[in-house]
Amino acid sequence: MAAKPRVKVPKSAAAGDIITLKTLISHKMESGQRKDGDGNVIPRDIINKFTCTFNGQPVFSCDLDPAVSANPYFEFKAKINEAGTFTFTWVDDAGDVIETTQDIALK
Amino acid sequence: MNTSKREFLGKTLTAGAGLAVAAFLGSTRAFAAAEDVQKAIEEFAGGKTPGEGVITLNTPEIAENGNSVPVSVSVESPMTEDDYVESVMILAEGNPSAQVATFHFTPASGEAVASTRMRLAKTQNVLAVAKMSNGDVFSATNNIKVTIGGCGG
Repeated sequence: MAAKPRVKVPKSAAAGDIITLKTLISHKMESGQRKDGDGNVIPRDIINKFTCTFNGQPVFSCDLDPAVSANPYFEFKAKINEAGTFTFTWVDDAGDVIETTQDIALK
Repeated sequence: MNTSKREFLGKTLTAGAGLAVAAFLGSTRAFAAAEDVQKAIEEFAGGKTPGEGVITLNTPEIAENGNSVPVSVSVESPMTEDDYVESVMILAEGNPSAQVATFHFTPASGEAVASTRMRLAKTQNVLAVAKMSNGDVFSATNNIKVTIGGCGG
């Protein structure tokens, strides 16, 4: 189960600016390495893909392995040439897709 | 070219040998073997030998909690349509499975800079391998001392 994605995008930027984006989502990122009290392996359940697009164009994406910490955090950059919308998408092992969007205006 | 290849192999093999020995001596948990790391790099790099420089890997020297170790990479590149960083793979040699995460950049990224947080099972080397749009490959290695491992038991 994953929920509550949080993204930090500047409200506006000048054309040509490179901005910093930060994202955080709650997810336990169960590694598949741990065992429960009875010695049974707890099945792997992680977010395995994160993507960020701007007006439909890919900006940044990441393939995640179990070694990424719980509540995966990402910080990356994007170059802004026009006003538009960032779309952030997380996909986990169960096939759940969490999506959130954030607009940015030109200065 | 030859020297750098030899140096690189020498480094990774020495680092890996310790792990392999530990695994043979009856360690209860399987850790990524040197061959796995080597294989992952080869697959990622398409057979090219990674060069040095261009890529910067930022990690703490000492991580008190292996459950959440900040890692950030930056790669020098003009990030234009013809010349940009395609992807950067992070590997942890001493984890049960070496792969940590692979970042994919595009010219729209503006700069090839990314950060996340990772789990580390124990004190070990962490590698970052960058692949450019022209196929060139670069790598950087940092050693991180881990006080409490982060893989659960």
